[in-house]
Amino acid sequence: MTETAFFDALLVVTMIGLAIWMIVVRDVFAAIVGFMAFGLLLSLGWLRIEAPDVGLTEIAVGGGATGVMLLRARGLARAGDAMNSVPSVPFRILVGVLAGAVALFLGALVVFPPAVAPTLAPLAAEHLASTGVGNPITAVLMAYRAFDTFLETVVVLLALIGVWSLTPDGAWGARPRVASADVPAPLLLLAQWLVPLGIVIGIYITWVGADEPGGKFQGATILAAMWMLVMMAGLRPAPALSSRRLRIALVVGPAIFIAIGVSGFHFAGAFLAYPDGLAKPLILAIEAGLLISIAAMLGMLLAGPPLEGDRP
Amino acid sequence: MSLLADLFTVAAVTLGLVFFVAGTVGIIRFPDSLSRLHALTKADNLGLGFIVLGLLPQCAGVFDALKLVFIWLLVQFAGATGAQLVARVLRREERP
Repeated sequence: MTETAFFDALLVVTMIGLAIWMIVVRDVFAAIVGFMAFGLLLSLGWLRIEAPDVGLTEIAVGGGATGVMLLRARGLARAGDAMNSVPSVPFRILVGVLAGAVALFLGALVVFPPAVAPTLAPLAAEHLASTGVGNPITAVLMAYRAFDTFLETVVVLLALIGVWSLTPDGAWGARPRVASADVPAPLLLLAQWLVPLGIVIGIYITWVGADEPGGKFQGATILAAMWMLVMMAGLRPAPALSSRRLRIALVVGPAIFIAIGVSGFHFAGAFLAYPDGLAKPLILAIEAGLLISIAAMLGMLLAGPPLEGDRP
Repeated sequence: MSLLADLFTVAAVTLGLVFFVAGTVGIIRFPDSLSRLHALTKADNLGLGFIVLGLLPQCAGVFDALKLVFIWLLVQFAGATGAQLVARVLRREERP
């Protein structure tokens, strides 16, 4: 017990120290690297409170994909861009106050917990069998709170539209440039050997999410990373923004989600309600569609917009 | 038998930790980037290697053990590639 308490204390102190360093450090690159390391520590923290699903998501989406996205944005930013300048003092105070308020609120909840914690956990566990999945987290995401999950994926799509809107007029519809002019040989080797393995692992993580920690978001992040490797190594160019196949891949997941959700009115009496006995296959169909769409969204987010001078 | 396995685990994991500590000290203390890179990859390679080796007797089955070895191989692959890419940038910076 004392050993784990010691480890937890060390973890928390390191995280707080790293967080402070991340804010104070001048160099944007160093701050991003710190952010990625912070994601790693945070996922260790989630593991310590026995939330491996959240830990996996944090390490894949929070630390990994977001960190790489920040690095990519920094690479694309030009000298005069806002990303390379220090924000104004009032802005920094505002951010500090808002973040501090959230931290204080969460801290108060931990220090002064309600006498009886409000929980739906027993209710959720009781009806787990009727959803057809064994992992309660997946049941919450895909059955009890499917609407939230739907909105989460649409948010990623909106973010992609935001990135695409940065495309210069003349370059609209072009392919984003990802590979450098001369691709290093080790990177090429990595892309050729790792990508087949990574695709298997990504699909495995999604599939195993039904009964064990894992799921489409984590799996899709791995698939997106593999796709990014392929693009960076120049094995395949990024698809053109106007590509029909890309657009279909982006919307197939949300479209299946909406279709099954709306048909829930007819067959089960509510939006996103699954008919008895069909929950598992319907959830699998949605997860498969979302896996493709989220991987495509994250991959294109990482690829960024086409730049000045790119022609469709 | 299980005592022997536990002893092996403790010894191998400790040895792995020694490599991680040495690698960390190297990253902090070594004067130039290439040497620091060397320290980092040694920690990845031998440190993680000994920890995985030490954990093998504790695995529930062959499949779990294979997964651990596979993770080590993946880290090797990624670590070696990353080191090559960093070294490439360093060499380019050396002769502008």
